[in-house]
Amino acid sequence: MGAHTHDHGHHEESFISKYIFSHDHKMISKQFLVTAIFMGVVAVMLSIFFRLQLGWPGEKFAILNAFLGDKWAPDGILDKNAYLAMVTIHGTIMVFFVLTGGLSGTFANLLIPLQIGARDMASGFMNMLSYWFFLVSSLIMLSSLFVEGGAASGGWTIYPPLSALPQAMPGSGTGMTLWLISMVLFVASSLLGGLNYIVTIVNLRTKGMKMTRLPLTIWALLVTAILGVLSFPVLVSCVVLLIMDRTMGTAFYLSDIFIQGEALDVTGGSPVLFQHLFWFLGHPEVYIVLLPALGISSEIIATNSRKPIFGYKAMIGSILAIGFLSFIVWGHHMYVTGMNPFIGSVFVFTTLLIAIPSAVKAFNYITTLWQGNIKFTPAMMFSVGLVSTFVTGGLTGIILADSALDVNVHDTYFVVAHFHIVMGMSAIFGMFGGVYHWFPKMYGRMMNSKLGYAHFWLTMVCGFGVFFPMHFVGIAGAPRRYYDYSEFEYLDKVMDLNPVISMFAIVGGAAQLLFIFNFFHSIWYGQKSTQNPWKSNTLEWTTPVQHVHGNWPGALPEVHRWAYDYSNPEHEEDFVPQIVPLKQGEHAH
Amino acid sequence: MNLFILLVVVLAIIAIAQLTKVYDLSRTLRNSREEEISAADNRLNANAWLVWMFVFFGSVIYLYAKYGDYLPDSASEHGVAVDKLMSLNIWLITVVFFIVNYLLFTFASKYRFNPNRKAKFFAHDNRLEMIWTLVPGITMAFIIVYGLITWNSMTGPASSEAMQIELYSKQFDWTARYPGENKVFGACDFNLIGTSNALGMVTEEGVAAKIAEIDHNIEATEKAIADGIAKGTMPDSYKESLEDQLYKLKRHKQRIMDLKENEMNGVSQWKAGSDDKIVKGEFHIPVGQEIEFVFRSQDVIHSAYMPHFRAQMNTVPGMPTRFKMKPTITTAEMRQKLGNDKFDYILLCNKVCGAAHFNMKMTVIVDSPEDYKAWLAEQKTFGGEPAKKQEETKTEGSDTTMVVASIK
Repeated sequence: MGAHTHDHGHHEESFISKYIFSHDHKMISKQFLVTAIFMGVVAVMLSIFFRLQLGWPGEKFAILNAFLGDKWAPDGILDKNAYLAMVTIHGTIMVFFVLTGGLSGTFANLLIPLQIGARDMASGFMNMLSYWFFLVSSLIMLSSLFVEGGAASGGWTIYPPLSALPQAMPGSGTGMTLWLISMVLFVASSLLGGLNYIVTIVNLRTKGMKMTRLPLTIWALLVTAILGVLSFPVLVSCVVLLIMDRTMGTAFYLSDIFIQGEALDVTGGSPVLFQHLFWFLGHPEVYIVLLPALGISSEIIATNSRKPIFGYKAMIGSILAIGFLSFIVWGHHMYVTGMNPFIGSVFVFTTLLIAIPSAVKAFNYITTLWQGNIKFTPAMMFSVGLVSTFVTGGLTGIILADSALDVNVHDTYFVVAHFHIVMGMSAIFGMFGGVYHWFPKMYGRMMNSKLGYAHFWLTMVCGFGVFFPMHFVGIAGAPRRYYDYSEFEYLDKVMDLNPVISMFAIVGGAAQLLFIFNFFHSIWYGQKSTQNPWKSNTLEWTTPVQHVHGNWPGALPEVHRWAYDYSNPEHEEDFVPQIVPLKQGEHAH
Repeated sequence: MNLFILLVVVLAIIAIAQLTKVYDLSRTLRNSREEEISAADNRLNANAWLVWMFVFFGSVIYLYAKYGDYLPDSASEHGVAVDKLMSLNIWLITVVFFIVNYLLFTFASKYRFNPNRKAKFFAHDNRLEMIWTLVPGITMAFIIVYGLITWNSMTGPASSEAMQIELYSKQFDWTARYPGENKVFGACDFNLIGTSNALGMVTEEGVAAKIAEIDHNIEATEKAIADGIAKGTMPDSYKESLEDQLYKLKRHKQRIMDLKENEMNGVSQWKAGSDDKIVKGEFHIPVGQEIEFVFRSQDVIHSAYMPHFRAQMNTVPGMPTRFKMKPTITTAEMRQKLGNDKFDYILLCNKVCGAAHFNMKMTVIVDSPEDYKAWLAEQKTFGGEPAKKQEETKTEGSDTTMVVASIK
């Protein structure tokens, strides 16, 4: 099976080839993770800046002035355009750079070769390129915060004509150009990575690793990569057409526009076309973000409950069903665009179908806990938390999917609450869980569990503290992306929630320092890890603690059973690694 | 203040670092492994799940109690049906929320690690899985059917009794237009928009005036180019920009020349606008009358959101959109109902459209039919009072520049 014949770690590598232009999937995974943590810190800080304005509108905060300067926060009051730029870049970074690039990039790279028993990715070079495109795209996105006019400000969905016309708002100038360029590079990174993941999983599985013996992480990452490869190219075309509208005088998305005293020479385009193209990526994107987190939590919950994941095949089926359905639901973002109402009803139908595989997953998680023997590692805490956020946030999706109800809550805080809980919190919990769980594999050391618990509980409480009350703000009719709500009499009764939400956001944001400290401290000073600290079945724990190029010093391991033989009554130990041959008379699962 | 915050952060980090050090040392002394979760830790976290559950459920119930009556009863006919569907959905998801989270947290708490016990090897059960596929499936079928019935009645074609009102959006305000006696809106075209014609109404005089204005500009630009060439000092870049401008002006003129005069209900659309009524700031609608809103946008996408009527529709440049509704409660009645003399229905923008997006609103007044008639009669027609109209639009024009200036 090994398409690669490396001499296993015997040759000395230079600093540059080992740490910078590395082809090794384990190093690339760490590069993705550290970059994503940095981007995450920026995004959280931006959110705290705009939460200060929302919590205490018009109040002066010296700290805003210190960070943003006199142009964006004169006297410590956030500027209106800067507010929109923060909201936009917060969303963009979180969705694409942290939860897509960061989450998939880190765990697909780390886990795919290790869990399927491969020496490395199918193409190490493409994999390296994937990271470098990601890094350059991250840097361009960050640089857009420093240009004249500020970063892109039309919301992370950048609907034209607002985003197409530099005269429509300051953020639609250079900032938007950089946003678009960054996104094209990001998609290149994502495609290079995604193709590699698919090819590796399909071709490089070790002997005995049938598709039905793969851990659910790999299934989730496979479907994620397929979604990405099929939908990201549509985003590129969507973005390229927008670039042409901005620079070459085309009118794909523009028609009949009079702005800043001028009737523009553009007719025949449609702004709604952009939305169709954007959401054709945008909705699968939600699952590109969510599925890896669900895969990771499946693995962590099974391992720490010391039980097989309940309904392994149903879990695979529901991942596939969610993946398929995610391509035919994009119109539910567009019920109030003036789209034909009949098309709206089709999307109501397809969207609500997703509730079924999602329910299957939720109940399967809960049944896995039932009669388990649960060890609450920090990773397990985050995974149980994920099930709660997945259910809690998923349920409000039922309301948003219903076009008749969406009319009144569309683009309100209800939506903000919904997707932050179901996608934001769930995915970030999956990511944290994954880091705590596989840190020993990545760095050969353990993270501090006490700090992990503190980090988890603060994040859980503050996360819900921020996003749960937003349901009520939204349902009272508060539009999102407003700079100030104080002049709306009908909203006064819910506006006392805003300072509370902001307090939770600040505390929750500060709590992430615990994680960052723990992460970097443990890289150098953490307790040295043993080979299989969590007593897990999967192949990555059969590799040596010290990384070697090619992963296994000798021959590749051979797989004899599925990944979930925990507490198998036919065995003494409560776990049976996949490399253990079946006993005589034992039935394979 | 900044220094103080910085100090607190630095001290906190040092404190955590020191505590971690102490912890690491004691762990080495005890010779314990990080991955071996102690019984005490496990118990603590298991119990914490229960505590969390009570806190979480308690807060959720508190929020429902305090903020659950989110908006006053719907003031539109379809809104009543929407609210009914909404309540049903909220009840349903709230029940599922409590059940599923209860199971999750209690299981997590109850089945904590015990070295003397082995977990139950329970890999799958077709009957159970069938249950939690079918039950959500059936529930969803019900929600889909009920939802679509409501949706279809909301979005079906407007009846013949419906009266039309146009809502026109631009950065950052709304304009309402009533079709007047002839019930036909005058034609509009973005090429004719100007300081004296904010909606771009098409009239014979308007077209002629606009063409004359453009011709004048073309002449001036041509003259500037010719002069520049004659003098020989004009930089190429300036000449090119003038030529660009000339090209644009000619295209603009061409687009206006292409406009065709069409007839609707036997009235020419170029003439139909003379009795149209254009209002800003607030607009009135009669109670009990079906209204079909027609939305247009001048510059970017906006969204017309009227939360009290459960109504929302995007306004898209180049693509008119529609939404019909029948208001059922007058403003006066609603004020009485809420015991609030200052209450007003509101139309706001709900699609981010620029810096002053949060301030783009218009008051909606629902009148009794008599009051509505009286109010409408007071409004000037487009054709009738052009002088007055011009003055109004001018002040608004300067308002917009002020907003633009202030946000810059």
